[in-house]
Amino acid sequence: MNHDELERIAGAERTAAKPAEIRCCTSSGCRASGSADVLKQLKAAVQAKGLSDRVAAVGVGCPGLCSAGPVVSTHPGGAVFGKVTSGHADGIVSTLSGGSTDAVRIDPNQPFFAKQFRIVRATVGQIDPERIESYIAADGYAGLYQALQQRPDEIVANVTASGLRGRGGAGYPTGLKWATVAKMPPGQKYVICNGDEGDPGAFMDRSVMEDAPHQVLEGMAIAAYAVGANQGYVYVRAEYPLAIERLQAAIHQATKAGVLGGNIFQTPFEFKVEIRIGAGAFVCGEETALIASVQGLRGTPRPRPPYPAESGLWDRPTLINNVETFATIPAILRNGANWFAGIGTATSKGTKIFSLTGKVKNAGLVEVPMGTTLREVVEQLGGGTADGRAVKAVQTGGPSGGCIPADLLDTPIDYESLGRIGSIMGSGGMIVMDDTDRMPEVARFFMEFCADESCGKCVPCRVGTVQLHGLLTKLVEKRATRHDLDLLIELCHFVKDTSLCGLGQSAPNPVLSTLRYFAGEYEALLQPEEFARPPRRSAIPLTVL
Amino acid sequence: MPATTAPVDKRLKILDAAIRKQQNRPDTLIAILHKAQELYGYLDTPILWHIARALRLPPSRVYGTATFYHLFSLKPRGEHSCVVCLGTACFVKGGQKLLDTVAAHADVKPGQTTADGKVSLLVARCIGACGIAPAVVLDGTTHGHVGPDQLTARLEEWTHES
Amino acid sequence: MAVVTLTIDDKPVSARAGDSVLAAAREAGIRIPTLCHLDGVSEAAACRLCLVQVEGRGRLQAACVTETAEGMIVRTQTDTLREYRRMILELLFTEGNHVCAVCVANGNCELQSLAAELGMDHVRYPYLNPARPVDVTHKQYAIDHNRCILCTRCVRTCDEIEGAHTWDVAGRGTLSHIVADMGQPWGESVTCTSCGKCVQACPTGALFRQGSTVAEMTKDREKLGDLVTARRDKKWTV
Repeated sequence: MNHDELERIAGAERTAAKPAEIRCCTSSGCRASGSADVLKQLKAAVQAKGLSDRVAAVGVGCPGLCSAGPVVSTHPGGAVFGKVTSGHADGIVSTLSGGSTDAVRIDPNQPFFAKQFRIVRATVGQIDPERIESYIAADGYAGLYQALQQRPDEIVANVTASGLRGRGGAGYPTGLKWATVAKMPPGQKYVICNGDEGDPGAFMDRSVMEDAPHQVLEGMAIAAYAVGANQGYVYVRAEYPLAIERLQAAIHQATKAGVLGGNIFQTPFEFKVEIRIGAGAFVCGEETALIASVQGLRGTPRPRPPYPAESGLWDRPTLINNVETFATIPAILRNGANWFAGIGTATSKGTKIFSLTGKVKNAGLVEVPMGTTLREVVEQLGGGTADGRAVKAVQTGGPSGGCIPADLLDTPIDYESLGRIGSIMGSGGMIVMDDTDRMPEVARFFMEFCADESCGKCVPCRVGTVQLHGLLTKLVEKRATRHDLDLLIELCHFVKDTSLCGLGQSAPNPVLSTLRYFAGEYEALLQPEEFARPPRRSAIPLTVL
Repeated sequence: MPATTAPVDKRLKILDAAIRKQQNRPDTLIAILHKAQELYGYLDTPILWHIARALRLPPSRVYGTATFYHLFSLKPRGEHSCVVCLGTACFVKGGQKLLDTVAAHADVKPGQTTADGKVSLLVARCIGACGIAPAVVLDGTTHGHVGPDQLTARLEEWTHES
Repeated sequence: MAVVTLTIDDKPVSARAGDSVLAAAREAGIRIPTLCHLDGVSEAAACRLCLVQVEGRGRLQAACVTETAEGMIVRTQTDTLREYRRMILELLFTEGNHVCAVCVANGNCELQSLAAELGMDHVRYPYLNPARPVDVTHKQYAIDHNRCILCTRCVRTCDEIEGAHTWDVAGRGTLSHIVADMGQPWGESVTCTSCGKCVQACPTGALFRQGSTVAEMTKDREKLGDLVTARRDKKWTV
């Protein structure tokens, strides 16, 4: 593969494109709503009407609005249809020649689409995720080509200058991580893509892996070149079979095309990628546990330091980034660090994808610039609640995050602002709750999740989460007293301060944040003490701030 | 002594081929366990011994790994599987109610199989189908916006087929 | 050999570069409580009893895996740390079924003596009362899972000192448990050499010699560290 060949493939793909296209979402969400049949019928209808030379019916990635799936769009024109069944196929095809259909039309200019700013998901919904040619025609692998024309340290400097921060949750500066791995002495180094998207209520990474697998691989290859690695692993959770299938196909195509493997773009750079499949363990999203799992072991975390950047997979320097982080890289290489740094806020650059779900009207994936307020996302893009009830809270960050009350919805989405109000950016789950949701029950739900997913290695997380769940159950069942609430708060601080890894350290967050903003709901459940207790003496504060 | 030898059959040959393809590398244990479960439906003790020998791993490490991950089962599963998602989005949209419905209707606890061996009821911690919550995976196929009636109807079909 | 100087509980301490805070403190006669640490085997950093405060670091650090550094200021005995250590013990007592009065290790148990030392005089959380088995199938030894605190000292000892890797941890979360081989009875293990090192390594009465009765089971845990020293440095301690 060389630059001319890349251009040739892109050119051929563009020439072969038919004047009209009918795009049907074939990602997991719409697939579950029957999109495979719809696509089949669309193809049959095109054939039957003798339009095969002018119209193509193609499967594309997720346009985002999962709640209205299966979603079909027609081009040119850009009409969007929702809740399409195979019976609508004929009608939709006929609209291209002035016909009509009774399929539900979705306004493509509504805020859900118009207010988005797509970098990572720029090509999603436009290209066929199962063909490398389709990706190349959309400037795919041009970023890798440009990267290989630079020195590795220039790329690291570029990524640092872009201000990109890890999209997996903690927001560690990506450039700094790359620089650490790059500075380790030469020798065997690894790049791992963390596709173990375990946060319940988050599916951005699933969509990126399914809809833009080549973009992830391109980002990994650029990273490998920058840090001096020649072997990569994509760790995908087993719950995402379509993502695994598409990544596998993408690796195969990319290797065949010569953008992975040896002598990439006729340079000495070589990079191979293997897939590793998880087996159902949330804790494997933690980087040291993930490394253990890639090595075929129980996914238990180990203390850091040493950080994986110094000693990771098989004790070698290892760069671990999240799917969305890698998928952002090609655009930074193509458009420059300054372009990326110009988007977002002072400390949080670029865009972030959120999976907007729960009691919201438009559920699905949205990509917005950092600094957008929660209110804009929930009320404008999301369209408020489905049945018009009042939004009570928005949960971000999954079991490690917090519930943000409705009166703080004007908070801008950036790492620091969300941290200040007791939540986290997290990987991008955003669950809208209405006034029928009871916060102590939400807190108990997350604690049950954490107790179930605790690896069992360290005492505070293994036993502490179980005791916290017990206390919350007692509370929800109206059997708890003030004394139990004190125990709960004290135990939250304990588990947070003493656990070995991020799972345990953040497990109390949903409890602490709901206690902070919805204390009244907890108080209302308390029962009077059966007997007077002496005042409690403890070094641990009984407040949640 | 417990049985530690797996009967030689077609499935074992396929498993051995998969192990050879991975060059008997011990770090491929999880992939091999997936393959074995796909072939046998669950991870029986003789199969685990077979894998331990092939990958040159201590048996307790193989057992420890197989029991760590939720997707591996050391007991046979039912003919049909019903996985109810209890991710956050499904939880706020009534996933728990779906689970309770199935559990009551089929008289089975989450993680267990009905007495007649027909249906295994399992719980997932988010399958990433949050946009169409509540979601259920029936025999490997994801269904979104599922209601309790729809689910019990399917259970009826399963229990009454011969 | 490079030496670093640091301060532990206001006392100036010198340590070899690369030593852990725990090792440096011990050498200086400062006691930091531990449970999963065992001389001679790798660290698990799992019990969290040895957490200490290091100036300039936001999070509490496990002394067993924290490397000493020049000018480091460490506190091992703050009010919060003492409270947290008691809470760790409370949680351990609620998790298993620990009944000292009928235990073979009564009087020789590290969990029991730490409870006494750290002033954990009552447990504020409900006991979980798990149903756990006792395995007496081995000819010489037995394992009572009710008394196991999952410190994994036996697992590491069997793997790193004896080299048999009979033991490992199975299950996860609160269902974690120690297993021999494929989870069969210990007496049927094909890898166990019956060396008994795991029994010596165990801090409680979970692993014990058959025939021991209440309070009879004493353990020689230092022997394991001595064994490693002898093997590595060709220096014997008698």
